[in-house]
Amino acid sequence: MSDSDAKDKPNRRVFLKMLGQAAAVSMLASCSERDREAFFQQHFKELSKADLAKVLERLQAEATEKTISQAHPEGRAASIGVEPAMPGVTFGYALDLSRCVGCRRCVDACVKENNQSRDPQIHWITVLEMEKEGGVDVMHSNAYYVADTVPRKGHFYMPVSCQQCRDAPCVKSCPVGATWQEPDGIVVVDYNYCIGCRCCLASCPYGARHFNWAEPHIPPDEINTNMHYLGNRPRPKGVVEKCTFCIQRVRKGLYPACVEICPTGSRKFGNLLDPDSEVRYVIENKRVFILKEELGTHPKFFYFYGV
Amino acid sequence: MRLVILTAAALAAAVGCARSRAESPPAPARVDAAVAGDGDAGVVGDGDGDGDGDAEVDDGDGGIAGFNAGPIFASSSYPVPPPPFTEGVFPCMDCHESIETDPTPRTLVDDHTEIKLHHGDRDRWCFDCHNPDNRDELRLASGRTVPFTESYRLCGQCHGDKYRDWRYGIHGKRTGSWNGKKQYLLCAHCHNPHAPHFAPIKPMPPPRRPGRSK
Amino acid sequence: MMFYRFVVGSLRAIVRGPKLYYLWLLFLVALIAIGAIGYADQLKHGLVRTNMRDQVSWGFYIGNFTFMVGVAAAAVVLVIPAYIYNWKPIKEIVIIGELLAVCAIVTCLLFVMVDIGRPDRFWHIMPFIGNLHIPSSLLAWDSVVLNVYFVLNLTIVTHLLYRAFNKKPYSKRFATPLIILSIPAAVSIHTVTAFLYNGLASRPYWNSAILAPRFIASAFCSGPAIILILLQLLRRYAKLEIKNEALSKIAELMAYAMFVNLFLFGAEIFREYYSSTEHLVYTKYLFSGVDGHRSLVPYAWLSLFLSGGAFLLFLIPSTRRHPVGLNLGAFMIYGGVFIEKGIALVVPGFTPSTLGDIYEYVPSRVELMVTAGIYGIGALLFTLMVKVAVPIMGGHLTIDTGSKRATTAALETPQPVT
Repeated sequence: MSDSDAKDKPNRRVFLKMLGQAAAVSMLASCSERDREAFFQQHFKELSKADLAKVLERLQAEATEKTISQAHPEGRAASIGVEPAMPGVTFGYALDLSRCVGCRRCVDACVKENNQSRDPQIHWITVLEMEKEGGVDVMHSNAYYVADTVPRKGHFYMPVSCQQCRDAPCVKSCPVGATWQEPDGIVVVDYNYCIGCRCCLASCPYGARHFNWAEPHIPPDEINTNMHYLGNRPRPKGVVEKCTFCIQRVRKGLYPACVEICPTGSRKFGNLLDPDSEVRYVIENKRVFILKEELGTHPKFFYFYGV
Repeated sequence: MRLVILTAAALAAAVGCARSRAESPPAPARVDAAVAGDGDAGVVGDGDGDGDGDAEVDDGDGGIAGFNAGPIFASSSYPVPPPPFTEGVFPCMDCHESIETDPTPRTLVDDHTEIKLHHGDRDRWCFDCHNPDNRDELRLASGRTVPFTESYRLCGQCHGDKYRDWRYGIHGKRTGSWNGKKQYLLCAHCHNPHAPHFAPIKPMPPPRRPGRSK
Repeated sequence: MMFYRFVVGSLRAIVRGPKLYYLWLLFLVALIAIGAIGYADQLKHGLVRTNMRDQVSWGFYIGNFTFMVGVAAAAVVLVIPAYIYNWKPIKEIVIIGELLAVCAIVTCLLFVMVDIGRPDRFWHIMPFIGNLHIPSSLLAWDSVVLNVYFVLNLTIVTHLLYRAFNKKPYSKRFATPLIILSIPAAVSIHTVTAFLYNGLASRPYWNSAILAPRFIASAFCSGPAIILILLQLLRRYAKLEIKNEALSKIAELMAYAMFVNLFLFGAEIFREYYSSTEHLVYTKYLFSGVDGHRSLVPYAWLSLFLSGGAFLLFLIPSTRRHPVGLNLGAFMIYGGVFIEKGIALVVPGFTPSTLGDIYEYVPSRVELMVTAGIYGIGALLFTLMVKVAVPIMGGHLTIDTGSKRATTAALETPQPVT
């Protein structure tokens, strides 16, 4: 080693060390306490009770801020629940294709109930219009139909949302386990763990997963403050979201919003494990099919012909 | 001869599209605000004034299983909102008390002219369903009378399969709680009994097509 | 202390060079700056700045990722004959292939990084620190094999160079097992990447058992194509000794690989068009368009023409040995596979969507900018590494010449080491 190197070295080391420290300090200082907590937040299932309480407090504060408007300068208090699955319950859904008229009321109710972004627009439900002649043929369906009144002559309608598969390809493909099936069968996403790789969008055969391509925008007065951590709480940009059967409602015993709104009563919901439930009656007494059965996803969403 | 009017307007109300959100009543406790806001009080609300009906369904023999066993003419009724009468039309006997009953099938010219019967047009007329002796009631083929709040029994005489599915909550809309209190609708809430074909409705706007970035 | 010298020597080699070298670095820095501007815009507004949407949820980034995984995997084409069969002419240049692999992996990881919606949560997918969803998620597996392959190649390269810097032969006991391990690792990164698509039953265009073999076959074309061009550039500018024999041997290997690639492609095409099921629609979208949506059609045919043409050029020994034929063929293969394993692989998988919606994807300006930036980073890294590796491998940069004055002298007038 030359003399010049020997002289240089300590200085250089000290300098580099200082530089590193300065960078680290400035980075940590530049982000708020909230950001720091959010960055280090663990997976939902690994959160301790104390951690969870802290996380909920932070998220509720953030959600409440989003409701600040002229009418509510303080914002409306958002409550983010973590109601667990009820024992002995596996949720199932049945939709009557012979009754649905394609009015899209369900889409609208879903957007409002679940705080879906208005701009960019996110719809968890896609209502497909198909020709009666062609039968159920999603590849030749039309989601953008415009009409003065529905049903249009010669057409029928098939709303598609998350099919809550028993063997969900989206759950399988997620590289970080940010999406999983709950004990009551609802496939959920931890919006604070999702990395936004969109493997689930690629693997979902039903177009049920939606990505926040930009910061979601909802008019503050239209935010539904009754929230669930795994459901309709506000989502950040860059993560994936999907239908949760209105987890914030159904875990309190309520019907999902789409069931409540459907003017034709085409939408049926209940506990698949309860032999007296509406869904069980449908499965046992009506002609039922599941979408893309050949893919082996085993949906808990059944289409039926009620006539 | 007069008929009680079950207005087609009730259909629109049941659909819940005509009502502006601002006018809707405060959300009932057990129905979520975001959903109730879009519906109609008569549809999803619990202000139906039919508490006894609720009690029977919930406290009877444990939900809908009991319906299967129970005879159709049991005195039980289903929790339904009030029948969708045109305002001020009920009780019918307020007018009909003083009008002599004319049992001859004919075209109505003095009153109830807005009713166009498209319900088995040739074989049916007012007194097949309405009780000629007490217009505040309906009358079954057997001669038994039923109140308007149990009109489903009348419909069920011919539409047995629909009636069965309706009792199970499969035909028609049911709201409320999937594991508890449920709200039924009368057939007449969705189907105008005089012209029962479900009327076409205006759809909500289509989704926006995805656009490329600017 | 010795490693410190290695680092200092390397840094000295990096900062010194002719004008052309600085111009090249300046160009790359400009590319990176363009990428940084694009990425800053994307970070601020979200991936809405790309043209990806729910219907086509992966695009140019993941296409480039897939292509570069192939390039990274292709280093084994050089490693196999060099180490296993001790084939001298290639052994001298194998280090270039490995450096390329390292840089290609870096670009791969960067392409994934810019594609994900939450880059701040990148650590969730890192082995050991994150929460890898193994064994079921293929992207989790991909993360593992890419990281392993990266560490493996970096270790091998550093070991070889460090030993050469210290004028010692590389340690057979240390390096040989790693080198042998790198061969299945190379195959695995491309196989797992293929499985990432291949395993999705919801996307019939990818759900074909020969997808992984096709990936390997095309990687064995595109990777060596880049190496062919790089080696000639290095021979010219870095005075690296490379025999013509080695170049045409690589070209010959590429001809065989391209034959397999075209054969597998033909087998796929036959199945699609002969059985003509509803799954044909994706291939149709690529080659002839669906309902007037034809934005990929020209690229699809261009890719086919380039690959087929290059195959013929490399098949005939006289054109393969001729410098014009060699370079033309290499560029054609690069172009052909770039389209085939990029946009022509990713986009038709999503078009039409699973619910029959057709959204025509083309990369946005931000996507092009960011992609340029990432290639800039890859090229810069490669340039700097080669700048160090070439004099070391040539014996001009060693522990003896590592001091300031000696390095300068050695680089300006290459001399054999005594």
